[in-house]
Amino acid sequence: MSSNDDHSKDSSVSRRNVLKVLSTVPAAALLPAAALFPKAGYAQAPATSAVNTTGLAVTDTEVTVGILHSVTGTMAISETGSVQAEKLAIDQINAAGGVLGRKIKYIQEDGASDWPTFAEKAKKLLVNDKCASVMGCWTSASRKAVLPVFEQYNGILYYPTFYEGLEQSKNVIYTGQEATQQIIAGLDWVSKVKGAKSFYLLGSDYIWPRTSNKIARKHIENFLKGKVVGEEYFPLGHTQFNSVINKIKLTKPDVIYAIIVGGSNVAFYKQLKAAGIDLSKQTLLTISVTEDEILGIGGENIAGAYACMKYFQSLDNSNNKKFVEAFKKAYGDKVVIGDVTQAAYLGPWLWKLTVEKAGSFDVDKVVEASPGIEFKEAPEGYVKIHPNHHLWSRTRVGKALVNGQYEVVYETPDLVEPNPFPKGYQ
Amino acid sequence: MFMDYSLGDLGSIFVMQAFAGLILFSIFVLMALGLAIIFGQMGVINMAHGEFMILGAYMTYLTSNLFQTYLPSLYSIYFFVAMAVAFLASGALGLLVEWSMIRFLYKRPLDTLLATWGLSLILQQSYRSIFGAREVGVELPPWMMGSLPVTGTIEVQINGLFVMGLTVVITLSVYLLLYRSSWGKQVRAVMQNRVMAGAVGINTEKTDRYTFGLGCGIAGIAGSAFTMIGSTGPTAGQLYIVDTFLVVVFGGAQSLLGVIASAFTISQAQSTLEFFLSGSMAKVLTLLGVVVILMIRPQGLFTIKVRR
Repeated sequence: MSSNDDHSKDSSVSRRNVLKVLSTVPAAALLPAAALFPKAGYAQAPATSAVNTTGLAVTDTEVTVGILHSVTGTMAISETGSVQAEKLAIDQINAAGGVLGRKIKYIQEDGASDWPTFAEKAKKLLVNDKCASVMGCWTSASRKAVLPVFEQYNGILYYPTFYEGLEQSKNVIYTGQEATQQIIAGLDWVSKVKGAKSFYLLGSDYIWPRTSNKIARKHIENFLKGKVVGEEYFPLGHTQFNSVINKIKLTKPDVIYAIIVGGSNVAFYKQLKAAGIDLSKQTLLTISVTEDEILGIGGENIAGAYACMKYFQSLDNSNNKKFVEAFKKAYGDKVVIGDVTQAAYLGPWLWKLTVEKAGSFDVDKVVEASPGIEFKEAPEGYVKIHPNHHLWSRTRVGKALVNGQYEVVYETPDLVEPNPFPKGYQ
Repeated sequence: MFMDYSLGDLGSIFVMQAFAGLILFSIFVLMALGLAIIFGQMGVINMAHGEFMILGAYMTYLTSNLFQTYLPSLYSIYFFVAMAVAFLASGALGLLVEWSMIRFLYKRPLDTLLATWGLSLILQQSYRSIFGAREVGVELPPWMMGSLPVTGTIEVQINGLFVMGLTVVITLSVYLLLYRSSWGKQVRAVMQNRVMAGAVGINTEKTDRYTFGLGCGIAGIAGSAFTMIGSTGPTAGQLYIVDTFLVVVFGGAQSLLGVIASAFTISQAQSTLEFFLSGSMAKVLTLLGVVVILMIRPQGLFTIKVRR
């Protein structure tokens, strides 16, 4: 308490200084101003003993959270955007007064694209650093690796990536969409709007594309009464797609359904274009190419393709405009924001809202308070946490433009209910 | 598996698959030539070969941007300039690396493996710091995209033709350089017996340096060509390195002809299998085939007879 008293003693002097600064750079000065006057800035902050009964890293002025992504290794390309979004959200929350009167401090760890490292760092964040929550992971493999750690040490993870579903944990809030929210809505759309009957399924060879295509195949065969004319998988990082492109040319599917991930996408779309497949005539639907990947592919190579996501940078609403502007201000005009980046941005905000509803940082109370949490300012529009820990959200279909952005051509009228364990798809 | 297609279709399948196989073959040759020269001549296992390729790809990206900004009227030919820039940049880096690192390790081949692996990590991180962690998009002049229709069902890709042409030109140049020039004679002499070559007055140090530079330069050109089909990111070089070593080891490390034969075998096998099985399965079977053949013939397909 003595340090707080010190602050109030000389506050008259420094307050004048701060006011001077405020008049010149108001936005930037908000943070230090708030930090200088814990009493003035955070008047209603409840006592630490009341909001932290389980020994988390919460002090009278600060709460520590973890950020756990790969900033080195092959996944760094994808996870960079997530880290940027989470840091932006934390900065904004701090500028707006923090969480329960406490400023968020983050500890960032590098999972290094290596699943055992993810598990080890997760343990460090929970056991040594006592983080009140962790934002992180990207691939399903890294999530599966940290899951037992979060369950054993009772942490809470905000996981931002769209994924294959078939999972639910009390210790994870899934801020991306699970399979049915993305795959089924997208397939219904091409079947209805494009009259598609035959599909060629392509993917990278690991759990997410395989599970996703399993769900897609069932939906195509059982509900859309369509036909799957080919299904194929390629090793991660594969760069030769000439053979499969030849097969596509021969089988002439109504829709190429591609869920190739990472750098392989660049090769795939460049070779499609070179092989003379015109995406303005041949329908292609993807659920794995965001604006991020287009940077590498080149807009001219993918223009005309459709992507089924919940978020596109071009979404036309005031929340999103503010978000895009803040993001560009923080990271430069050239950055692009993909679906996962936006979902990562939701993590810190949802956690803040949940903590405030729970009136406590304790993980059990946060878990209990999570269902029904609404975030009206989400860039993607309104979202709500379902009791199964996924988000209610809209699904959208975007058409890729030459400039690397998506134009939204369809949006589900209502929020789609998350259903990680769809009947008949296991 | 043949039942789904008509006879005419099958005909075009084989033509188009053969063509796809030829493209893959050209790519393998481009990737492996530089490595084979370095490995064959100096016994240096260059784990940073992929990063030299990516340097070429980044040079292409920079040249493309430069032309777009300052010389938009000449954009259609930028790619030729880019390849030259890529060759010079990767070659120059190669000379530097040889001078500062490799020359101290000639008698310790396993140490070159570690040292160049470290170099590859350093280069990756440098690319990440300079160009960012995300992939960059390299735009191509419009004439290089698209395909030429031959018959109704058979089409030939222009950039595939381009890569093939490039491979022929480069392989021929390397052949002429190694087998028809006096410098090539020196290189081959050093390759066969370093001590003896030194004794008859060949400056083996200089030969080594320029051979290493040449190998890296060719990697740069390969990287430049890959921007047409593959991705350009800090770690993209890693994608190619395994295939490259596979081709070189399978072919017999010291033989140019071996590299070509091995690239041809692997690419045709993979391309044909890929059509009738899936992509992953084709890769597994190809690898299995290579392993079996290497068990029978550990020295690779072709070797030079050397007195040991």
